[in-house]
Amino acid sequence: MQVIPFLIIFPFVVSLLMYVTRVNKVRNAIAYISAVIIMIATGVLFAQWGMGGFKEILVYQETALYDHVILGAEWVLMLLVTVLSFKYRKYWVSLLSILPTILLTWFELSGVQLNEGAGHIRVDHLSMLMCLIVGVIGGLIVVYAVGYMHGYHHHHTDIPDRRYYFFALLFLFLGAMYGFVLSENLLWIDFFWELTSICSFLLIGYTKEPIAITNCFRALWMNLLGGCALAIGIVYLGLTSGEVTMTALVDMGVAGKTLAVIPVALIAFAALTKAAQLPFSTWLIGAMVAPTPSSALLHSATMVKAGIYILFRLSPAMRGTTTGSMIALVGGFTFLVTSIMAIAQSDGKKVLAFSTISNLGLMVACAGVGTEETIWAGVFLMLFHAISKSLLFQDVGATENALHSRDIEDMHGLLYILPRLAIFMFIGIAGMFLAPFGMLISKWAALKASVDEGNILLVIFICFGSATTSFYWTKWMGKIISASHLREKTFKDITKKNEVISLGIHAVLMVALCVLFPLLSKIYVTPLINEMFGTGENVLNDAILYMLVIIIVIVFAVPGISFLYAKNMKVNTKLSYMNGVNTGDNRKFTDAMGEEKTLWLSNFYFHKVIGQRKLMIPSQIFSLAVIVIMLCMIIGGVLA
Amino acid sequence: MIYKGIIFAIAYVLLAPFVGGFLEGVDRKISARMQRRVGPPVLQPFYDVRKLLNKQTISVMTAQTFLLMTYMVLMILTGFMFFYGTDILMCFFVMSTGATFLYFASVVTSSPYSSIGAQRELIQMMAYEPAVLLSCVGFYLAAGTFQVAEIAGGDHLSYFLQLPGFFVAFVFILTIKMRKSPFDISTSHHAHQELIKGVTTEMGSKNLAIFQITEWYENVFLMGVVGLFFVNSNVYSVIVAIVAILLVYFLEILIDNSSARMKWADMLKLSWVVTLFSAGVNLIILMVIR
Repeated sequence: MQVIPFLIIFPFVVSLLMYVTRVNKVRNAIAYISAVIIMIATGVLFAQWGMGGFKEILVYQETALYDHVILGAEWVLMLLVTVLSFKYRKYWVSLLSILPTILLTWFELSGVQLNEGAGHIRVDHLSMLMCLIVGVIGGLIVVYAVGYMHGYHHHHTDIPDRRYYFFALLFLFLGAMYGFVLSENLLWIDFFWELTSICSFLLIGYTKEPIAITNCFRALWMNLLGGCALAIGIVYLGLTSGEVTMTALVDMGVAGKTLAVIPVALIAFAALTKAAQLPFSTWLIGAMVAPTPSSALLHSATMVKAGIYILFRLSPAMRGTTTGSMIALVGGFTFLVTSIMAIAQSDGKKVLAFSTISNLGLMVACAGVGTEETIWAGVFLMLFHAISKSLLFQDVGATENALHSRDIEDMHGLLYILPRLAIFMFIGIAGMFLAPFGMLISKWAALKASVDEGNILLVIFICFGSATTSFYWTKWMGKIISASHLREKTFKDITKKNEVISLGIHAVLMVALCVLFPLLSKIYVTPLINEMFGTGENVLNDAILYMLVIIIVIVFAVPGISFLYAKNMKVNTKLSYMNGVNTGDNRKFTDAMGEEKTLWLSNFYFHKVIGQRKLMIPSQIFSLAVIVIMLCMIIGGVLA
Repeated sequence: MIYKGIIFAIAYVLLAPFVGGFLEGVDRKISARMQRRVGPPVLQPFYDVRKLLNKQTISVMTAQTFLLMTYMVLMILTGFMFFYGTDILMCFFVMSTGATFLYFASVVTSSPYSSIGAQRELIQMMAYEPAVLLSCVGFYLAAGTFQVAEIAGGDHLSYFLQLPGFFVAFVFILTIKMRKSPFDISTSHHAHQELIKGVTTEMGSKNLAIFQITEWYENVFLMGVVGLFFVNSNVYSVIVAIVAILLVYFLEILIDNSSARMKWADMLKLSWVVTLFSAGVNLIILMVIR
């Protein structure tokens, strides 16, 4: 298992190399090679673990040296945050980093006798799945980023070219993410958690524009607030019970010990901030000012999933508790409200941001309910979401480079302007909500499980939320395939080869996942559930499985066959109906003054009724009230 | 069991257009009588479709035909799955995927009237989907399964008795689904509304015929869901179900002829409120009892 430290440390080394290499070509070459090495190493880890029989493995019991290194690194992070907060006059933000660091330092050095469990690193189905997501998607996004950032600085000449810094942060983040998902010790988890928060903060502030600075500090304080809760939870757990491992905490929670209640609640709260749930959603929307590869990697495919990962880990302990209800309620509420807000957005990246929050909400709700079925659904949601969102973000980025706009209205007829990118976009969106892609079956399982658990509010949230989700995706898809207004102007598809490679692999993965997912459920996800809960048969029974296969075949075959059939049909093409004021072209008509006017079709957005400005603050207040009241109930209930 | 399912499903595929077309003929006749007209013969819808099928294909965008065909096949698949007796939630998922293709068939033309109609069609989908999903949840709560065969074949009193709120919500959104006034905002059965013909503005000849036949399949499927509220293993329950279906159909015709078209915003609000209050309250009661 030498590959585990390699996976964590190697990206850090590459990050350093990226920072010092200032020749673009050399740095790009190193980035490619390192991305491939990381992917291969992830594969090796998977293979080694698989040859060991896919069993849970705990390693590295004695790690005094690493513990000190990590403690030192924590101080470095704290100093960095403090310096930057003073530099940009956000003095109070530094407190959110100083306080937990001092608390943890005191805790580690005070000599409290701690039971460190059987190891600091843990490899099991869930962490391996996260590793695969981070490795494959992370690696591909690095490949994409090389091409994208080239184009980005070509267009944005006003932004200083600091690509060395950008790639250094990307690799630093990859290392942190591996560390995070593989750690078993809560103190290690805390360190890597903070590291990902800070990577995200620095990447959002990449352009150094005023808006980027504002948004990056918002992201920082919200994530650090979560970090504070995490640190307090860990210290409380350590002081009261002497445990500092995830397994011990979950076991205590499952056994119903009151000592576990407060740490579980605090860590779950921290996860809400990371997963950008209401009331903390605004940081993720603000994060969209960052260059697209970082939005794809951190703010959609992987980092925000860290919150989900922690919640999945805790879910057996949360089942049936007040914490579980709090998490399910906040998640379900976020799912519905942010999907409504997504309808009002016309900026492609904003829609993706809102839908990310919304989908994360559904996963959070699944974790909060905490049954075998909901975790099964949640794992699939996570998998599908990671791939399709990464695909969509990259695609919108590439489209923006070619179209000079990422507004969905400007994508009218994209299929005829930039066919390649449009098809990728279509696949990505289809993966998000259409049958038979897995999102839907997850929704099915989530709905069934929340009915079984008697969670009425969640049932209603899912039913209404899935209606609003379909609305904004369908209207986007319709925009792509509509006959184009802009046939006169030509746009050049300037997507670089490396970008296309990454997009293509994502699209293939998306379709493969859709076709293979019954199999995946059987051989991977069911054992995962088994490992977590000790029980669990295949959540999908065979009847549904067969039916799914049939639906998959039909949904793929029917459009294909009817396309071939319709292609050879004799069609008399005519002008579209415009009350007889056509001017001989489908794109123009005669207006009331007798002059020729170009037709412009737009989707519905209702931004005055359900826009972010209207809904965000009330829903933040509501969810904050829910969290505060329920946390008070939980903590008060234990202490009283 | 399986044979029974297959027979039902095949019967649906073969007979649904005739039943649907016949129901539409009756619909037209009754509507005409309500408006003191004589009305067309009951078989008029079939004559119309036959004529449409024999015309040359005229369209604005060639791709429309293939999108409409996909819409039709997915709708048939929905009904097939339903009458075969599989998972009802899955049926509705496939149906909404099919409905998405109708949307595509309409916007692909970039024609102004059909695009606005399509946008409204989307709003209609958003309006009815919660009620549809909640109805499935209702069946699940009452029967303990999503399987249509088990819901319909159980030895129990009609689920209608447990699910009146869900039934009200479902019948309410049925008005949207069947494109009846006051909710015929995306396209209507009248020759010329404020959006001309909305989604179907650019559909001519064969394409319009495909759309029409799909509507028939859809209506029969929806009536099947209405019937599901009533049937059980008792044979007489089928008669009750048929009577209920006819009553619901008549109610829809009555509403159609006695109300004026609503604005889409009002439709959305009204249908969500009705869904929340009738299906939602029923849901709470059922869950608390359980």
